[in-house]
Amino acid sequence: MLDLREYQSLGEALRAALERWPEEVCLIEADREREKARFTYKQFKEAALPLACAMQNAGFQTGTRAAIIMTNQSKWLISAYAIFFCGGVLVPLDYKLTAAEQLHLLAHSKAEFLIVEYHLWRAIMQADGFKNLAARVVLVTEAPVGADLGAAKRWEEFKSDREPNFVPRSRQDAACIVYSSGTGGQPKGCVLTHENYLEQCMALTALYPFWPGVRYLSILPTNHAIDFMIGFIGPFTCGAAVVHLRTLRPEYIREAFTRYKITYMTLVPMVLKSLERGLRQRFADLPKGRRAILNTLIKTNRALTRRRPNVNLSRRLLPQVHQAFGGELRAFFVGGAFTEPSTLQFFYDLGIPVGNGYGCTEAGTVITVNDFKPFRADTVGKPLPGIAVKILNADSEGIGEVAVRSKTIMSQYLDEPEMTSQTIVDGWLLTGDLGRLDAAGHLQLFGRKKNMIVTEEGKNIYPEDVETAFESLAVKEFCVFAANYLWPQRSMVGEQLVIVLHPEAGKAINKDLVDDVAARNRQLTNYKRIHGYLAWDRDFPLTASMKIKRGELAEQIRGSVDRSAVVAL
Amino acid sequence: MSSLQSTTDEVLRLAAEHFKVPREQLTPDDDFFKKLGINSLQALDLLTRIEHHFKIELPDYELQGVSDFRTLAERIQLRL
Repeated sequence: MLDLREYQSLGEALRAALERWPEEVCLIEADREREKARFTYKQFKEAALPLACAMQNAGFQTGTRAAIIMTNQSKWLISAYAIFFCGGVLVPLDYKLTAAEQLHLLAHSKAEFLIVEYHLWRAIMQADGFKNLAARVVLVTEAPVGADLGAAKRWEEFKSDREPNFVPRSRQDAACIVYSSGTGGQPKGCVLTHENYLEQCMALTALYPFWPGVRYLSILPTNHAIDFMIGFIGPFTCGAAVVHLRTLRPEYIREAFTRYKITYMTLVPMVLKSLERGLRQRFADLPKGRRAILNTLIKTNRALTRRRPNVNLSRRLLPQVHQAFGGELRAFFVGGAFTEPSTLQFFYDLGIPVGNGYGCTEAGTVITVNDFKPFRADTVGKPLPGIAVKILNADSEGIGEVAVRSKTIMSQYLDEPEMTSQTIVDGWLLTGDLGRLDAAGHLQLFGRKKNMIVTEEGKNIYPEDVETAFESLAVKEFCVFAANYLWPQRSMVGEQLVIVLHPEAGKAINKDLVDDVAARNRQLTNYKRIHGYLAWDRDFPLTASMKIKRGELAEQIRGSVDRSAVVAL
Repeated sequence: MSSLQSTTDEVLRLAAEHFKVPREQLTPDDDFFKKLGINSLQALDLLTRIEHHFKIELPDYELQGVSDFRTLAERIQLRL
């Protein structure tokens, strides 16, 4: 791999990687059973530089912000490299957001360039607020012949044959603005520096090395901090290859393992659980005798790998299981939400260790991960090299708020100095998560201090972002909370949102109101929906600027009613 | 070409079969995540079955924001 200590920026490191391994494959793009594109590092460079040159011709300058809204595909990474090559700041936006949400974040980020897939651009052009889009250059990928693109240009035709100018950046310069929340309310744009990424990459690849020949299967959105690091920067700075799959259908994910001989893959607990269910079903369908033999082999593997994984031994003991995953799989990584220990143990016993991790965008992705020395299913592992973790205000059981200090911590929330100073205190990032460090240095999580939920798909949902869907509801006031924030419990599963409704004086919560709440709820993306409502008959405590004092209101509710008062929608 | 009505009926039948629930319990306006208690991955599995049935290909993004059978049927109808 490259020695990343020698590089100042992502652009510089990626540029060196493209020169270092010209003949190695760096990127494969597949859609279902069809391979759509394959690039060596040399071909990747040849695809990116004409784009970079055309961007510079169009006025792209040092520090220009450029947003990408795309599903996982080769043009995502090619565009990102072109942006870094030109000394720009990348704004990766979630393609799963609604067009209105994307426009909200585009405006906040002040992105001057936008690179977007055709179907997403079509939705953006039809959204309210489109006329306020400030991006002055829009490049649209894969637009059909004759499609109306408005003032946008076709990505495929936006190139120049001249040599672009590489623009160096320093380690402290912003590399990316990644939104951790704020699609409906106050945007939280995490400004991550080149140093944040280079340090994170060094720490991760020290534990989980990549090398030429390694193939990483990328199914998590590349706009997400995890895939951006482990499915782009990590493999590319080590000469490895990324395989993009443009569908999340379980059957095609299974096929990709064998077709591309995948080495590593990161997934969210929901997908891991789905793989587990599929395997358990296949084991259950075996004839009794074969099932007994398999169980014995699994137990043997477990005993022999108790201290550390031994992938070669596991592949010999359980060849059919490993062949089903292509025969080259070394580990899964899982994060973004709580994973049941039994699922982690199930895969470990098969000889497929799962690096269970914990992190957040503000900390530049990963904070802790299991190092398998030995494997433990009951924790989210130890802090990565160079990352300090401490527990603030620990109670008698050692549980308190997880705080992090390292060179991977973001520099700030974009244009939000107050929010930044509340989140990074004396150099320590306050995560809002509750945890405990055990004697072996492993971190265990016990819930949240902050008002938000995480779904099993790894989606962070903030109540403020959901509230916009209920604006002008026929009540005096309303407020959305995470149920676990109102009534804390030491659990990371089954988190739900609750809307607190305070009707106008003399009015009750009637069927029309509940129907309206339910109808608006259905307009939200499925994972953002609220679970139920809570009737409240007192005025909400407000600040001088008429904002709800959420903490105070939560305390009042907690002191008056319990969870059973919530009526499911 | 089938009508939207018959496409919707077929989608409901396939969903009932796939998730082993009585067909009469499902209506076009049902939120399939809630009614069937499924996650997005299971919804994608259903989509694959629907594709095979109608002999069409629906990109994953076509399901983005879709949570009721009627809208799903409309998306399918556009590709028939």
